[in-house]
Amino acid sequence: MKKSEKVAGSVAGYVDDRTGAAAWAKKNLTKVFPDHWSFMLGEIALYSFVILLLSGVFLTFWFDPSQQEVIYNGSYSPLSHVAMSSSYASTLHISFDVRGGLLMRQIHHWAALIFLAAIVVHLLRVFFTGAFRKPREANWLIGIGLLTLGIVEGFLGYSLPDDLLSGTGVRIAEAIMQAIPVVGSYLSYFAFGGAFPGHVFIPRIYIVHVLLLPGIFLALITVHLMLVWYQKHTQYPGPGRKETNVVGYPLMPVYMAKAGGFFFIVFGITAFLGAVASINPIWLYGPYTPGQISAGSQPDWYMGWMDGLVRMAPPLETHAFGHTISWNILLPGLIIPGILFAGMAAYPFIEAWISGDNREHHLLDRPRNVPNRTALGAMSLSFMIIALANGGNDVIATHFHLTINGIMWFTRIGLFVVPPIVFIITKRICLSLQRADREIVLHGRETGRLVMTPDGEFLEVHEELTPEKKWTLTQHEQPVPIALPSKGSAWALSPKRVKDVLRSRMSEANATSVASPTESEARELESGHH
Amino acid sequence: MNSEENNEIEIARFQDPGLPAHVHRKTDTDARAANRAERQVAALFLLSAVGTVGTIASYIFIDSKKFIYLPILGDTNAQQLALGTGLAASLFFIGIAAVHWAKTLMPDQEVIAERHEFRSSDEDRADFVATVKERAGAAGLGRRSLIKRSMGIALGLVGLSPLVLLRDLGPLPKNDFATTSWKAGTRLVTDPGDRPIKPSDLEVGAVAQVLPALPAGTERTLENVGKDAVLLIRIRPEDFNLDAQRLSWTHDGIIAFSKICSHMGCAVALYEQGTKHLLCPCHQSTFDVTRAAKVIFGPAARPLPQLALSLDSEGYLIAKQGFTEPVGPSFWERNSA
Amino acid sequence: MKPSRKRLTKFRRQRFAGPVLVVAALLTIGSAFSIASALPSAQKSEASAQSTLVGEGKQIFLRGCSSCHGLNAEGGAIAPSLIGVGAAAVDFQVGTGRMPMADMSQQAMRKKPIYDATQTAALAAYVASLAPGPAAVDPASLTWERDGNVAQGGALFRTNCAMCHNFAAQGGALSNGKYAPTLMGVEPQHIYEAMITGPQSMPKFSDKTITPAEKLSIIKWIKAAQSEPAIGGASLGRVGPVTEGLLVWTLGLGLLVAVAVWLAMKAR
Repeated sequence: MKKSEKVAGSVAGYVDDRTGAAAWAKKNLTKVFPDHWSFMLGEIALYSFVILLLSGVFLTFWFDPSQQEVIYNGSYSPLSHVAMSSSYASTLHISFDVRGGLLMRQIHHWAALIFLAAIVVHLLRVFFTGAFRKPREANWLIGIGLLTLGIVEGFLGYSLPDDLLSGTGVRIAEAIMQAIPVVGSYLSYFAFGGAFPGHVFIPRIYIVHVLLLPGIFLALITVHLMLVWYQKHTQYPGPGRKETNVVGYPLMPVYMAKAGGFFFIVFGITAFLGAVASINPIWLYGPYTPGQISAGSQPDWYMGWMDGLVRMAPPLETHAFGHTISWNILLPGLIIPGILFAGMAAYPFIEAWISGDNREHHLLDRPRNVPNRTALGAMSLSFMIIALANGGNDVIATHFHLTINGIMWFTRIGLFVVPPIVFIITKRICLSLQRADREIVLHGRETGRLVMTPDGEFLEVHEELTPEKKWTLTQHEQPVPIALPSKGSAWALSPKRVKDVLRSRMSEANATSVASPTESEARELESGHH
Repeated sequence: MNSEENNEIEIARFQDPGLPAHVHRKTDTDARAANRAERQVAALFLLSAVGTVGTIASYIFIDSKKFIYLPILGDTNAQQLALGTGLAASLFFIGIAAVHWAKTLMPDQEVIAERHEFRSSDEDRADFVATVKERAGAAGLGRRSLIKRSMGIALGLVGLSPLVLLRDLGPLPKNDFATTSWKAGTRLVTDPGDRPIKPSDLEVGAVAQVLPALPAGTERTLENVGKDAVLLIRIRPEDFNLDAQRLSWTHDGIIAFSKICSHMGCAVALYEQGTKHLLCPCHQSTFDVTRAAKVIFGPAARPLPQLALSLDSEGYLIAKQGFTEPVGPSFWERNSA
Repeated sequence: MKPSRKRLTKFRRQRFAGPVLVVAALLTIGSAFSIASALPSAQKSEASAQSTLVGEGKQIFLRGCSSCHGLNAEGGAIAPSLIGVGAAAVDFQVGTGRMPMADMSQQAMRKKPIYDATQTAALAAYVASLAPGPAAVDPASLTWERDGNVAQGGALFRTNCAMCHNFAAQGGALSNGKYAPTLMGVEPQHIYEAMITGPQSMPKFSDKTITPAEKLSIIKWIKAAQSEPAIGGASLGRVGPVTEGLLVWTLGLGLLVAVAVWLAMKAR
């Protein structure tokens, strides 16, 4: 036995003597994880979170979350002797007078943008492949929670340096708070300790940003991962992959090396961005004062869609009985985002209700085989992209020689017109892809090679698919719509009846599909050829 | 799925051919390829070490004020760039090495693990329900309704005290949202600079960012600026399209509006001299100066409040009165259209 | 839209370039000749030199500007009156190449000036002779490097200029396709003239509300912003979070997904 093995053996023995963990540890070290690039997207988010913790701790050593006014006398001369808050001054200090401080600030901010982008693409992967279905609904909800908190956490971090851009963002957040009916002005005064901007808001959001939310994140991420671990990862359909098994590589050593290595790769790429690309150059923005503003004041991208909605909102306010309700703020700032996130959270349950499917699912869907869900996802995505584009309408206008008014009207109309069109087109694309699958299974792959038959006829050679490929393209279930219960008169509009009708209609739409080819069809076709 | 029941369908469908046979990699069969892979992994790890050495060296030896010219980036801070690329390399190559190692030299035979349905057996479930019922019964929760109800009250109320304790987070808003520092006779002064302004100081087409002059000895706070900021604009008097009252609030073509947007409070300071429009750079609400800042585009629902102007005995511009309506974004208690 | 407009501009430029060049050459020779002939009699009164300049300016005006601005600069349907705008406005508009306009787009853009310094001065003298207005700024009198204060200029810039020209003077969008141009590479005297004359959409900033000394500070801050190195790496256009978000979704996520694909690929 080698020396290292001996040491490892005695350590393992020591631990097992006290915990009895040997069997448990053995089982988990050989745990199998399926390998696919799209399963790494959530890992990008996880690793970005770790990067955020590490770089964030570094920043706290110098950052002073205070809104006390100081006169700047650091090394960035264009701001010499300017009055500013302590938090802005300390951010300048980190950027210019701490070696590597600017690098860490930039890594922290890039990691935050990557964190949220990775959460979004991970969410899209889970949605389009149906990974949220039973038994993983809870993990879907935790994911939505993480996304929501991530947006809040990002916004708070963006607000901390108290520069002109972030102060403008806080001002807008305050206006949303203030617009909430009945309690708005109280909420605002409690949050800001009096009139905006006050002296307490940044110290308060600082502790939320560095302690409260990261703590909740850690807890939620732990549960998220434990559920993945316990329920085992889903897998894409294919030869040998069943609902009852999981095919992949064992945790030790392959997955450990790959996942561990990927952490370093994500960190390396983030550090590279921090080294070569400037982000949030707060020294150019200047310190915040409510009387100043810059052209092109935007939030980070994950809030951009909301800002885009606010920009395109209709100028509606209700004035009645001595009170004001600002629909132009509440609609885009709270109501629409609320509906979007609530809808997203409810989707697994809605889909299960429509399909009546109560079974466990561990094999993922190919998006084309679930046209309605795929179309719905594409439609929601187009909605968000249009809103996001309007959030940058001023930058788009100057760079592409368009007018902000034109972009505004385009997105105002597009927000309602484009998503339904995207739905229809996506659904059609899904169905034609199903048809293409059917064709290729029954007739083989077109090779482009022409041969002449003895009769002088030209035929293109079709290459038959491998049995593995055929299985992958035909393994999915054929959806069966839920029939309308025939009890009672069709005209009796009881709520139950309406619910039944709605359900059967939606189930019917959900079940639209091209029949999967079968072995018998293939045989019939073959005998027809001869 | 029960395969016997669906026998007919199952036969007709294509069959799962099972996991494809394992194909050996070059490194599995060729010792030389395996050795080469080992050297590659080692080289990648060493690249990371070089990155770390570079990071430390640039921290110590590069002057943090030194700039170097690079294409695309321009004049770049040498230390920031060297620290960052060194750190990036030291991390990135560890990762690449580990993954390359896993892909080429660790076993790549896929393993199958069985899954089991999460649902417990019917007996276990029935047993569980029975246990819960029995234990709950032992506590007497069902029978002793007095305890149940009083517990409900206690648990329902216990969350209130922390909420109440948060009351001192801030003062009550009272009438603060509706008040500013502007009063009858307050002089308009430039921001920044704090100089009083005479009408003759502004030509037609000129703007000035102004704040109220503060009584001697008081200091201007950001909270003041957030409500007091005003934009002064001079146009030709004949270009106004105002009712008599609003026209009387102007002075010889000079008109003043609150700079705090009536939508979400950004500084609406973007004045287009040609069109005489004010544009908010945050959400692009557009206000027509000639028509008392009427909203002509964008999400704002109300015009910017207008400040009535007059002259004091020395000929400086003053406010004729305070704002007649609250400035800034709407709030529930706001009582005017 | 961008390419088509460019093509149009180019086309017009080509169409007018020839004649304009000829005129410019003739004028240069002419003015050089007149200066040369004026040399011996240096005692000539300043007034008459001025009137010669005005006369030349009028000639240029009649040829190059009057079709839009009217024969007596009284303005027309598509162009404003120039009576009372002063030499400063002419020096800014012609000196930055905005006038004559290449095409009737939303607003005149900065381009290579068509008239040289002498011709611009002549035009300015002519327009200034119509009615009093702000005088052109002599670059030598703008001692911004010596007298300006960058920090003060920054505060003034953020209060008075950043809402249109952006926090780093990169320019920004106005309503209906108009825009505030970038201030990178603009001559100090033109920045100064723009502040006092209020060209196009820009309002005027009077000397009483922003003093001449403060204007020098603003110029100094703009010049500092222009020469500021890439402190944190590529500047991404200095337009705020939009380009940062774009980079994360393209380069950032692109690289990460590419590595993920490589990672999950079987080795051969």
